[in-house]
Amino acid sequence: RSWRGGPGNTGGTGTGMDAPSAAGLGGADPQLQRFIEVETQKQRFQQLVHQMTELCWEKCMDKPGPKLDSRAETCFVNCVERFIDTSQFILNRLEQTQKSKSAFSESLSE
Amino acid sequence: MESGFGSDFGSDFGSGGGGGGGKLDPGLIMEQVKVQIAVANAQELLQRMTDKCFRKCIGKPGGALDNSEQKCIAMCMDRYMDAWNTVSRAYNSRLQRERANM
Repeated sequence: RSWRGGPGNTGGTGTGMDAPSAAGLGGADPQLQRFIEVETQKQRFQQLVHQMTELCWEKCMDKPGPKLDSRAETCFVNCVERFIDTSQFILNRLEQTQKSKSAFSESLSE
Repeated sequence: MESGFGSDFGSDFGSGGGGGGGKLDPGLIMEQVKVQIAVANAQELLQRMTDKCFRKCIGKPGGALDNSEQKCIAMCMDRYMDAWNTVSRAYNSRLQRERANM
């Protein structure tokens, strides 16, 4: 399963964009359309960095010192990787669960 | 597509005289949007930094920020930026690795 740079992306639209679509926003201008796609992607990245920094700070930072020691640095790197792994795991398992149990999607629609 | 989108931006971004006349410059719009995005990101960063550093550095709130609290906040700000940059690099590496594997 490909990683599109954000949790919750099921990749349905191909560009990974949520509504509204780029075509609706940019109108007929392809340059504007492209711009919106690129900036949206960049924002998705930024948002995730904000989110992961916040989460990993809780896990990796004790008392703020004069510099980021190597142990904390390693922790942050690991934290990012594990967060993405977690997101992928959840998507994969959700996909499997929906395939094997149709009851799952039925219970969701209630 | 209706002209609502164009006319909203026309007065801000269009060149030309009063009354909102003149052509829309997409290049100018894009630059303005980029600036607004950058501002929004800076605000987000500041908000989270303030939250985290308040939690780390301020115990029982006193009548003012004492010296140790101020020093802590200053260090915390720098460490938060270090953390942010580390996370950004790590995430970027991961994305590139994923794309290479696709």
